[in-house]
Amino acid sequence: MNWITNYVRPKINSIFSRREMPEHLWTKCDECGTMLFHRELSENLNVCTNCGHHMPISPRDRFRTLFDAGVFTEVSVPDPVEDPLKFRDQKRYPDRLRAAQKKSGEKEAMLVAEGEIGRTPVVVAGQDFSFMGGSMSMYVGNAILAGAERAVETKRPFILFSAAGGARMQEGILGLMQMPRTTIAVQMIKEAGLPYIVVLTHPTTGGVTASYAMLGDVQIAEPNALIGFAGARVIEQTIREQLPEGFQRAEYLLDHGMLDRVTPRGEIRDELITIVRMLMKEPPAIKGDLPAPEPMLEPVAEPAAEESPAEPAQDEDEPK
Amino acid sequence: MTNYLEFEKALAEIEGKAEELRAMARSSEDMDVEKEASALDKKAADLLKTLYSDLSAWRKCQVARHPDRPHCHDYIDALFTEFTPLAGDRNFADDLSVMGGLARLNDQPVMVIGHEKGNDTKSRIEHNFGMARPEGYRKAIRLMDLADRFGIPVVTLVDTPGAYPGKGAEERGQSEAIARSTEKCLSLSVPLVSVVIGEGGSGGAVAFATANRVIMLEHSIYSVISPEGCASILWKDAEKMREAAEALRLTAQHLKELGICDKVVIEPLGGAHRDPQKAIDDVGKAISAALGELSNMDAKALRDNRRRKYLGLGSKGLAA
Repeated sequence: MNWITNYVRPKINSIFSRREMPEHLWTKCDECGTMLFHRELSENLNVCTNCGHHMPISPRDRFRTLFDAGVFTEVSVPDPVEDPLKFRDQKRYPDRLRAAQKKSGEKEAMLVAEGEIGRTPVVVAGQDFSFMGGSMSMYVGNAILAGAERAVETKRPFILFSAAGGARMQEGILGLMQMPRTTIAVQMIKEAGLPYIVVLTHPTTGGVTASYAMLGDVQIAEPNALIGFAGARVIEQTIREQLPEGFQRAEYLLDHGMLDRVTPRGEIRDELITIVRMLMKEPPAIKGDLPAPEPMLEPVAEPAAEESPAEPAQDEDEPK
Repeated sequence: MTNYLEFEKALAEIEGKAEELRAMARSSEDMDVEKEASALDKKAADLLKTLYSDLSAWRKCQVARHPDRPHCHDYIDALFTEFTPLAGDRNFADDLSVMGGLARLNDQPVMVIGHEKGNDTKSRIEHNFGMARPEGYRKAIRLMDLADRFGIPVVTLVDTPGAYPGKGAEERGQSEAIARSTEKCLSLSVPLVSVVIGEGGSGGAVAFATANRVIMLEHSIYSVISPEGCASILWKDAEKMREAAEALRLTAQHLKELGICDKVVIEPLGGAHRDPQKAIDDVGKAISAALGELSNMDAKALRDNRRRKYLGLGSKGLAA
């Protein structure tokens, strides 16, 4: 305790971190430009309180608000072979993976958990777009399979939140082969007579839409989510014409009969409870926030990745 | 008139000279050029052998896309009898980029389905360069379903740059159609043998090639993304397609090592287009052998066989 540690150091720290402070506390809505206080924004599930624009939300944050009292248990996912093709573009693939892990604090692009929503036991998988564009890797394939197996084993519905640019290029053909692999996972759930509900979030494209993300018994999407197979730029180059307003957005897909529902993030939990309980022939549920279920499950508070102190990443990311 | 690839320039010159000499000899009877011409032939043959003894991944892409390469139509004409094309998806249209129908292979009824690219400007446009729309996949699903109900094996011939990136294709559910086609492949209770005869372009190929046996021609490719597309995303430079082709491990040889391809059919020296009859015959033998191997398996064994094959892809990489 002295003048240097109590006065000078805080002073110096505040000088260096002063410029970053507002950015941590305030987020600018990329749609309407409103500055949103971070606590208010996260309480609103990263949906702009002014214009309703849905900003990205990590699977972990989503799970905290989805499961009763935020309590869930992670389903463990077997590790695949790392860097199976020894892929190298401008960077080595393992380096890109490390950077993504450091940045997101997660091990990979998909988190699988089990728990209860509205007292209804479910298995939920969430894809993380901030992790290498959410791309479908062998790990993602393993995660969906692990989730499906767990759902079948415990006779629970399987709910999947998708967000991805497609298959992971750095795993080449093995990334692509996750299309049939995850389709098998979906078949396992269906054969067991269990519901498989997909919630498409912004953006879901490529090989992911062309496999598990379009095979749900019920297909829900968040408002304005970009959903499609090919990228709009590629399509414009191919057909040499301007695409219509709202093309490949959730509402556009709903209009074209490709989705069951478009539902704002804040209402998705209740909607899932309603649908899943009807499909499982359970009586109507008590809506709203519920205390943690009995018996108490192990609360999961820490991120899974081992070598990931939450620290802003220096490397630029390359969402596909 | 042979179409030469960019890396075959030197070969084109030599073969052109030999041709010229012979043409001169034909116009004036007293000229004897045979000796010189056959020396050139030998030189050309040697060069062809050298060029094709160790084709780079990018060169294989070029051979796989060679305009004179035998296409689906050629295989169907030569290998099958009583081919009876069946058209339409019963919903919207008949997609000519996918051809299919009942036929006999060695007198046994099969359902043959494949991508057709066309071989001149008119037919290429008609077949949309082998890029299927949702109707194409839905036609394939319908035909597979028909085969399944009557216990007829399915043979698919894969040759597509990818599914068509178009406005209408997106509106009518390109990704859903591909996902359902893959799902149908996996659920068939009859043998499914797939041959990649040229390009296996991403999801558009998976929709047909999720098979009990995947056969690939020696210089065919099968990839998560085109080398050009990968280069423009990861290298930010579409001209880096050589590097991308190498990194993606998209050759038949790599896929064999990874266990995705079960058999590589060796092509005539210089590629299938230099001796189409031989290439087609060898593919025919490979299909018959594969169907023979599967003929004793019952519905469940066939489905389990496909499942095991695709579930296993996630545990094995390439040797360093």
